[in-house]
Amino acid sequence: MSMAIWLTENSKIIVQGMTGSEGMKHSRRMLAAGAKVVGGVNARKAGQSVDFDGTTLPVFGTVREAMAETGADVSVVFVPPKFTKDAVVEAIDAEIPLCVVITEGIPVHDTAYFWAYAGSRGNKTRIIGPNCPGIASPGKSNAGIIPADITSPGRIGLVSKSGTLTYQMMYELRDIGFSTCVGIGGDPVIGTTHIDALQAFQDDPETDAIVMIGEIGGDAEERAAAYIEKNITKPVVGYVAGFTAPEGKTMGHAGAIVSGSAGTAQAKKEALEKVGVRVGKTPSETARLMREIMQSL
Amino acid sequence: MDLFEHQAKELFAEYGVPVPTGKVAHTPQEARAAAEELFAAGSSKVVVKAQVKTGGRGKAGGVKLADNADEAEALAGQILGMDIKGHTVHKVLVEEGSAIAQEYYFSFLLDRANRTFLSICSAEGGMEIEEVAATNPDAVAKVPVSALDGVDRAKALEIAKAGRLPAEAQEGAATLIERLWAVFTDEDATLVEVNPMILTTDGQVKALDGKVTLDDNARFRQAEHEALEDKAAADPLEARAKAKDLNYVKLDGTVGVIGNGAGLVMSTLDVVAYAGEQFGGQKPANFLDIGGGASAEVMANGLEIVLSDADVKAVFVNVFGGITACDAVANGIVSAYKLLSERGENVDRPLVVRLDGNNAELGRKILRDAALPGVEQVETMDDAARLAAELAAAGA
Repeated sequence: MSMAIWLTENSKIIVQGMTGSEGMKHSRRMLAAGAKVVGGVNARKAGQSVDFDGTTLPVFGTVREAMAETGADVSVVFVPPKFTKDAVVEAIDAEIPLCVVITEGIPVHDTAYFWAYAGSRGNKTRIIGPNCPGIASPGKSNAGIIPADITSPGRIGLVSKSGTLTYQMMYELRDIGFSTCVGIGGDPVIGTTHIDALQAFQDDPETDAIVMIGEIGGDAEERAAAYIEKNITKPVVGYVAGFTAPEGKTMGHAGAIVSGSAGTAQAKKEALEKVGVRVGKTPSETARLMREIMQSL
Repeated sequence: MDLFEHQAKELFAEYGVPVPTGKVAHTPQEARAAAEELFAAGSSKVVVKAQVKTGGRGKAGGVKLADNADEAEALAGQILGMDIKGHTVHKVLVEEGSAIAQEYYFSFLLDRANRTFLSICSAEGGMEIEEVAATNPDAVAKVPVSALDGVDRAKALEIAKAGRLPAEAQEGAATLIERLWAVFTDEDATLVEVNPMILTTDGQVKALDGKVTLDDNARFRQAEHEALEDKAAADPLEARAKAKDLNYVKLDGTVGVIGNGAGLVMSTLDVVAYAGEQFGGQKPANFLDIGGGASAEVMANGLEIVLSDADVKAVFVNVFGGITACDAVANGIVSAYKLLSERGENVDRPLVVRLDGNNAELGRKILRDAALPGVEQVETMDDAARLAAELAAAGA
């Protein structure tokens, strides 16, 4: 039994855009974290190989070919925004089970397109992101840019819109440890939602409690709260960033914007508290709340 | 980026969406000249409309009818300089008056929750659609639009019928809807709203108003959008930060904030505001995300922008060392001080630094050894925010 969701020690990872600077840097880091990275995809460099501190990885022309040759079941996408839509469509066509889109700055029309495309192909590919840090199952595997060495394996599940807040929480609770940490991304349209991760953690026998981190914009946290009330029996602790964000300003993430009275941190916090989720005022307080829960289990 | 009404309509016109003839005026004299042209071309009335990026212009007195050029000039004189919900009116749109038989509502927008596009259509236009939806939900049709299938003639007619537009308006509305879909997709818009869409007494369907939001992430393939930016309205510090590729938003407090990662910086603002409650209500002065790298140059540019804000009395640098470990961040801060002094700018206000994460101890030691003037280190985010708020209160 593997204690993780979506990404395990058996996951075989390919990197779309491995030969670019970000792709190179993070392929090396993923390998160092013990992830089974098995190859890269770049149509223009097919047949070449890349050396990462002694590990030589082949570059394939297509995702389909890479899967056939290596048995890969996870793709991490680092290609620039201009080419991301085509890269994700290619991954969907190849029916890779998990596609993690790290790229930031993708036009939302492109994301809406590949999301609809995945649906039209029967949702055989789970998409995480875009504009996300990826997914890490500490001690097992790491697909994306989450620093591997800031935490330890354990029984907390973490789902977050924000990368650095994910790291902050992983670090604060490093002594207790995590089953899987999922950064779902800060764009207005994302593939995997808080709800998807909550359900997966609920079903994961090796996860005992869940930290959910949200931020201003949209109503994903409110919908997650409604979902928790009906479907999640494991304890959930929440945190929401952006109480002081002014209306109408985009706060770094493309999706982080309060529009009129919609999307405020206050409304999200209230929705979560209404269904019994304890919401921390600061990241540290949130970590403290989770610590209390883990100690009481 | 939100467009002004006149920009939205100019865009609509490029796509063949019927809009009233009009011209932008920045002075009463220009408004008069525009009105004279319209009357000479046969208009019986003209409308003078405040150009501000907010709703409720009519209620605020920012939209007026004129029977002649004298009146148009006088009205423009009243409207220009007016404050509408915090937006100063710097220009008006002078437009031919339309003979309105009926008013409808139409929009395309991004439906974040369902991760698709949505069209909203209603036979009840001219007022806030949220109001109509609240009082008479059956009158508001919401028709999902797939990014794969888009909107063809049949879909456009389906939307017009779903919105219960009368038979005589359906064909005209469908034409508008098809063309507005082209605007929505070809321009990478996240909102295209026409309220009201009107049926004129002679049976034409037109866009009497226009609201468009464009996706800034699409700039790489929408180069012409840069010309639509309202550079004059941008906060000068925000404009300077943007020129340096910094993700900065000006706020109205006294504690400057620099951090890495949008979520962490948003969270830092909140923590500063909570801590500030104990110190006479000190608040964050800005949002500034310097990203994952936190190089010396980026740190120096960030410090320079934050310190250019005279309201800033103390700065809180909150960095979590993940991909870039804390020793690299600490070296970045030390080099940033050097860079700034080479530029002739000294850090003249207290700096509270919190480094946590990878190589935190090493990073803290580097900063301790450098003994930079005014720099104090605090280990936790909450305590660092408290000290920054306290120092800001003392410096105010």
